[in-house]
Amino acid sequence: MPSKLPPTASLPPRFRRPSLFVWGISLGFLALFIQGVMATNVTLERLIRGATNLGHFIGRAFPPDLSNLDVLAWSMYETLNIAIVGVTLGVILSVPFALLAARNTSPAPWVRSITRLMIATMRTIPDLIWALIFVVAVGLGPMAGVLAIVMDTIGFAARFFSERIEEVHPGPSDALTATGAGRLSVIGGAILPETLASMTATSLYSVEKALRSAVTLGLVGAGGIGVELAAAMRLFNYDRALTIILVILVVVIGFEQLSSQIRKRVI
Amino acid sequence: MNAIDITNVHKHYGSLHVLRGLTLSIPKGECVILLGANGCGKSTLMRCINGLAPHDQGDIRIFNESLSQLSKPRLRTLRQKVGVVFQQFNLVQNVSVFQNVLYGALGQQRLGLLSTLSCTASQTLRERAMKSLDRVGLAHKALASCRELSGGQQQRVAIARTLMQDAHIIIADEPIASLDPKAGREIMDLLLEVVSERGLTVLCTLHQLELAQQYGDRIVGMKAGTVVLDTPREAAALSDMQALYQGDTRVEQTPSSSTTRQPLKAI
Repeated sequence: MPSKLPPTASLPPRFRRPSLFVWGISLGFLALFIQGVMATNVTLERLIRGATNLGHFIGRAFPPDLSNLDVLAWSMYETLNIAIVGVTLGVILSVPFALLAARNTSPAPWVRSITRLMIATMRTIPDLIWALIFVVAVGLGPMAGVLAIVMDTIGFAARFFSERIEEVHPGPSDALTATGAGRLSVIGGAILPETLASMTATSLYSVEKALRSAVTLGLVGAGGIGVELAAAMRLFNYDRALTIILVILVVVIGFEQLSSQIRKRVI
Repeated sequence: MNAIDITNVHKHYGSLHVLRGLTLSIPKGECVILLGANGCGKSTLMRCINGLAPHDQGDIRIFNESLSQLSKPRLRTLRQKVGVVFQQFNLVQNVSVFQNVLYGALGQQRLGLLSTLSCTASQTLRERAMKSLDRVGLAHKALASCRELSGGQQQRVAIARTLMQDAHIIIADEPIASLDPKAGREIMDLLLEVVSERGLTVLCTLHQLELAQQYGDRIVGMKAGTVVLDTPREAAALSDMQALYQGDTRVEQTPSSSTTRQPLKAI
């Protein structure tokens, strides 16, 4: 024992016994995991068989089929359109949603609860399900895709915007209120400028996210390059499918580079 | 005529009784220095005077208009007459210095923010803003971002904002507490100059007793939510001022004895 310690102070223990709650959660999770592995039939034998099938797929996919690239380029362009239009509308609509949902800008608690519930609903329903719903509502094609992206973007962006708005330092808002400004002027003059950088970053990320989901939306008939991919896979044209995947990869990576450049300049 | 009349004002934050029957009158054109230890209720009093925090009982009259009976638009009109200078400057970051000064006119314009943005403001408004900025000696910084300014310069911008506001009363809540001694003195000199030029009424809190002995017409001392010292500056003894910081100064240290807690009055 080091003698310097005063008699009343004892060293804190290195480890502490986990509480009953932690034990319960850990055991429950472990049980669920083991049961899940058994139920989903993850076996080594099937993994090996899967790897062989994957080998066949790759073997038939090479060399990629580069014919009709212009058709692919156009449907990729359509996917890009769906993503850009959907995110733009979604981000614009997110701002009022976020203002109504943030504690410091919401006019009344009940408005805040309802808005938060709406945002949560939009976020909880996956984009693919939104696409299925809108395909039923407005028919096959890119419009269903755009609407699905709008919903998905609001669910995501409005939540982040409202959290950022709640973090805004109250001082500048107080200062503008003290000049006799109305509520909307305070929001527009003090709160929005302070959140602009973070909102831009969130919006850029939304575009990246929307681009990826716009690809999969095509699988359920909501327009874009996903339609081509689904058709190629069903007809076992794996070489064509590989081309499509490569095109998607190039565009998505290209956009991520672009958006990180923009982000660097904004923040 | 008195600019500010405070009669027997009480204010609670939850169960904390902050202002305890405070009474204070300030004639038009007088400069009052308010002293008191941290937590004695100074800032709360400041916030009550322009209605940023509603008081519970008693009466606060600004130019003979009672704050508690005003409708929201009338309250906003009254706030225009009361300029506030904050300890933390409270400028809006991410917009230019010039825009921050223009914000001072928010309450005067019928369209609020829409007619005070630097791109939409009228020529007269823009010229007035530039004149205010020139008065505090920062005309050359009009287009700078607030981040580039030193603390003293930011406080100058905040003063320019209250000049733009055309206030009749200036409430300064520890305006120099986060500045170094030299910058602090400069700000006090500037504030007092501007005030005497325009014949404004001032209520300014300070922590530096030696500064209190040099500025203003009258010294008011607060202790635990009430006024305990009120003398002309020349007659104020240093020992009396020092006594303000001794003993039970904070409102949470001293249970309120004289009054029982009354239910909040709706305002």
